Amino acid sequence: MNHVHISNLSLSLAALMVVITLIISYWQKLKLEKEIIWSIFRSVVQLIVIGFALRFIFKVNNVLLTFLMMIFIVLNAAYNGKKRAKGIKHAYLISFVSLFIGTATTIGLMLLTKVISPKPFQAIPVTGMIAGNSMAAVGLVYANLYQSFNENSARIEEKLALGASPKLAANEITRKALHFGLQPTIDSVRMYGLVQLPGMMSGLIMSGLDPVEAIKYQILVVFMLFCSTGISVTIAGFWAYHQYFDKEWRLILP
Amino acid sequence: MLVVNNLSYKVGSKILFHNLNFTVKSGSSLLLTGPSGSGKSTILKLIARLVVPQIGTIQIDGKNITDLPIETYRRKVSYATQSAQLFGHKVADNLNLPFIIRNQPIDIRKQEKGLDLMGLTQDYLQKPISELSGGERQRVGLLRNLLFVPKILLLDEISTGLDIKTKNKVWRVIYQLQSKNHFSLISISHDQEEIAQAKNILRIGGGN
Repeated sequence: MNHVHISNLSLSLAALMVVITLIISYWQKLKLEKEIIWSIFRSVVQLIVIGFALRFIFKVNNVLLTFLMMIFIVLNAAYNGKKRAKGIKHAYLISFVSLFIGTATTIGLMLLTKVISPKPFQAIPVTGMIAGNSMAAVGLVYANLYQSFNENSARIEEKLALGASPKLAANEITRKALHFGLQPTIDSVRMYGLVQLPGMMSGLIMSGLDPVEAIKYQILVVFMLFCSTGISVTIAGFWAYHQYFDKEWRLILP
Repeated sequence: MLVVNNLSYKVGSKILFHNLNFTVKSGSSLLLTGPSGSGKSTILKLIARLVVPQIGTIQIDGKNITDLPIETYRRKVSYATQSAQLFGHKVADNLNLPFIIRNQPIDIRKQEKGLDLMGLTQDYLQKPISELSGGERQRVGLLRNLLFVPKILLLDEISTGLDIKTKNKVWRVIYQLQSKNHFSLISISHDQEEIAQAKNILRIGGGN
């Protein structure tokens, strides 16, 4: 396999590409310059730290350390998902539990079927992919719940007034939110190979792996993304809608 | 019997009503009237337990309503809003809901009979709600509250937007059902004709 090697000098020069976007932002008065610089700085620092951390974890090859790293990824994903949970109580807990169950089930199934081994160089990147995708989906569910509950408060209250339970009153909204959360995964997967060559497959091809072999991994990614996203979105959606009601079956809007 | 004791409610620093007391005997009616924003709808919502109570108590047959299980309470104390919000796609989706709430098989004949009472033909059951007029929406909405006769019916300006003929028909149906089933009726109205016909009236004024 031909390993891809990028020199530090080449990487530094490539950073000039960002200048184009900064010029656009300045020229069009988008006022995004600070945000762009900050986000790039942050991502570079985060990636450097994680690069060294992963090198260490791979070298040590310890199950407990691998597990802790996976938990760290899920905790971070939950924190990010929570940010979109406007007005949802216990959003961090909901996000963590839903992402953890989604991720753990998927990883568990892959270990059981021996698709991956519990080695850190396999388990950690897979956790990152799964948790990242599920995090975005759970965030969309939260955003959609917030919008729908606010837009449809009169209809929900009317159902409650007729004697409907919160579950029945929020049924349509919860289903719509789950749909909304899953849709981007369905859309992006649908276009795999036609518009984009997905990340994992591209990485493997760039590393010199035979494309036919690389697609096997990508197909695996499709399966695991659906599994984890489906589970996480369902748990988060059904748990989160409860937060819009009190014990007396009253609608509580933030 | 419904007894409202020293009921007070304020929104922010604005007092909607203060120390409100009234009684509605089983099978009798009370009409609430007064200026907009005086808290009439809030009173009905407090009785329906749709808003968080602040000060005072509401009792039904000697029991504080907050002590009654909410799972069954709103099936007995039914609240119809000013502008009925319809759900789903068809009229049937709305008339199915009361059955679904009670875990009962959907009784199409009962739905058709109800539509007939409201002056709507049976084929309305399959009609898309987007094709209904304001008055028809209001009647479908009210029928949801009446398919299972409640113990207390709370009507929040339900005749607003109805033409005189439909309004009279709807009230005739409500009074017929009330005399047959003896439910208590608390309604809100600004309609002079309805106020003139009411036996018991309670005027709600800002901060009274």
